[in-house]
Amino acid sequence: MQRAKYTSFSAVDDVSFDIPWGEAVGIVGRNGAGKSTLLKLLTRVAAPTRGVIDLGGRVGSLLEVGTGFHPELTGRENIYLNGSLLGMGRKEIKRRFDDIVQFSGVERFLDTQVKRYSSGMYVRLAFSVAAHLETEILAIDEVLAVGDAEFQAKSLAMMRDVARSGRTVLYVSHQAQTVTTLCTSAMFLERGQLSYYGSVDGALERYRSTFEKFQTEQRDAANRPGTGALRLSRAAVVDQSQDPADDTVIEFDVEANPELIGKYFVSCHVNDVNGNVVVQCDSRLTGTWFDPSEPQRGSLRIRSLWFRPGRYTVDLFVCQAGILDSWEAADAFDVLPASPYPEFTSDEAMQHGVVLADFDYEVNG
Amino acid sequence: MTRTIIRPPGRLDMPRWRELWEAREVLYRFGLRDIVLRYRQTAIGVAWVILQPLASAGVFSVVFGQVAKLPSGGVPYFLFSFSGMLAWNAFNNVIGRSSGSLVSNQALVSKVFFPRLLVPLSGVISVLIDFAVAFVMLVVLLFLYGVNPGWPILMTPVWLLITIMLALGIGIAASAITVKYRDVAYFLPWILQILLYATPIAYSLSAVPGNLRWLFQINPLTWLMEMVRWSTVGQPLPAAWEFIALPLSAIIVFFAGILVFQRYERGFADVI
Repeated sequence: MQRAKYTSFSAVDDVSFDIPWGEAVGIVGRNGAGKSTLLKLLTRVAAPTRGVIDLGGRVGSLLEVGTGFHPELTGRENIYLNGSLLGMGRKEIKRRFDDIVQFSGVERFLDTQVKRYSSGMYVRLAFSVAAHLETEILAIDEVLAVGDAEFQAKSLAMMRDVARSGRTVLYVSHQAQTVTTLCTSAMFLERGQLSYYGSVDGALERYRSTFEKFQTEQRDAANRPGTGALRLSRAAVVDQSQDPADDTVIEFDVEANPELIGKYFVSCHVNDVNGNVVVQCDSRLTGTWFDPSEPQRGSLRIRSLWFRPGRYTVDLFVCQAGILDSWEAADAFDVLPASPYPEFTSDEAMQHGVVLADFDYEVNG
Repeated sequence: MTRTIIRPPGRLDMPRWRELWEAREVLYRFGLRDIVLRYRQTAIGVAWVILQPLASAGVFSVVFGQVAKLPSGGVPYFLFSFSGMLAWNAFNNVIGRSSGSLVSNQALVSKVFFPRLLVPLSGVISVLIDFAVAFVMLVVLLFLYGVNPGWPILMTPVWLLITIMLALGIGIAASAITVKYRDVAYFLPWILQILLYATPIAYSLSAVPGNLRWLFQINPLTWLMEMVRWSTVGQPLPAAWEFIALPLSAIIVFFAGILVFQRYERGFADVI
């Protein structure tokens, strides 16, 4: 039997910093920069290989809402179980019990098993338990995006109070908006290294500029992965800011390589701000193939897909049997916060789902 | 204000006992969860605690006492196998509950920090409840059969403690190794099955042929069974050296298990 070979990978390396008491620190960085690993080390979920972490008090974490919840137990039982897991003693939980219940708004269902809760109730109760932890240091990993808009506002206000009360808050996020409203300072991580620690504006500035830097770097084909047998010379989203219901048109030019045998295809990913691929459009699916003997100019039109308002980035790939050119962050576009639907109603009608859709209801008596 | 300093874990660390003590509420809540979950949405609920040991001792007395006619040292066979099963069930159930506990609490282990040793330890609580119920039944049976073991029955808590330490040592180590190698989940029940028959539980040691007896005598569980039977059903007093060897082996197994656990712990969140 042969053992699997390991390659060692340092997710976070050589990061040193001091955080004064009462600071609310935002931790920002691109996907895979080591934000979550850093938080895991600080909350002791993972152990470091080298170095020392000196914590001046108890650390409470809001890493994943509801992980300590058991669906078969009632709300009351789960408050005690989860509270103890987060490091509260029995007295502390008892003392905070009423606050927790009141904040979550599930008083009537305390003795119901949480598997019968709606997902909103579940998340609200879980968040309330974690939010009422009285630790000197509180670590939060993007959990504020839970519940309905009203509960989100309530949670955000609560977090702000926590930071003001002199406790230290560590907050990991992709969302620049919440970091600005919540944090008093911020650090920016890049490939496992601390590349900036200082003001929130400074860190976010750095964050944006490195995206632009990444984008600029990728514009030079030499920096891009792929065999290089063919390279894209241009890629652009025609309409840089569009409405959700608009078609998205992406134009691209590919250079020629007469020595290449056989035709090639193109694939395009559209990613949301968190790096999730919203849609993949592969030209093989429509039977479109390109001839490498001469330069090609093509365009992709995405119809019948209503993007949610927000910023999107576009990746383009030129492929044959392998990937010839892989151009990430080739372009970006904004979808304006307009409703594509005929009627206006409360926000919660549009709040769920990854994309919007063109739909109709019929009343069939 | 408590100050915590985190350093890379060493090779042979003992757990931070103070931290374990401070987190004892977790142990209690886990135990409570296990008990509640076992009987919620069951029709006859807690009656299972009484039915299970009775049924297994019943099957044993029919198969081994009536069909195979194994000797039971002069004690009614049902009582004899019930007392054996009492200790074996505690041993077997602690191992069963603790060995798979880390993997079945994956989400917790990879997301939240708390002393992880509490996860396999918590299996003991519901086993203690089972034991208490079965022990009360044993006392009832002793009266029914008119057997009086005398004062040695007061030693039962000691044997219980030793059983739990032996089982926890194995269970704790197994839970940690299972995180990386799931093979343990297949291997362990098989070993336990063999142990059940290789230990004088359904029969007395005197039924073992002389040339094989040494094989049974090197098994700490054999010593345990002898002690339990001496304590509860009035079998002859075991040899003096066993009184030293048994607690010693329990302590060694228990701490060895903890060391194995500590050794594997640093990788839990990454590997599980």
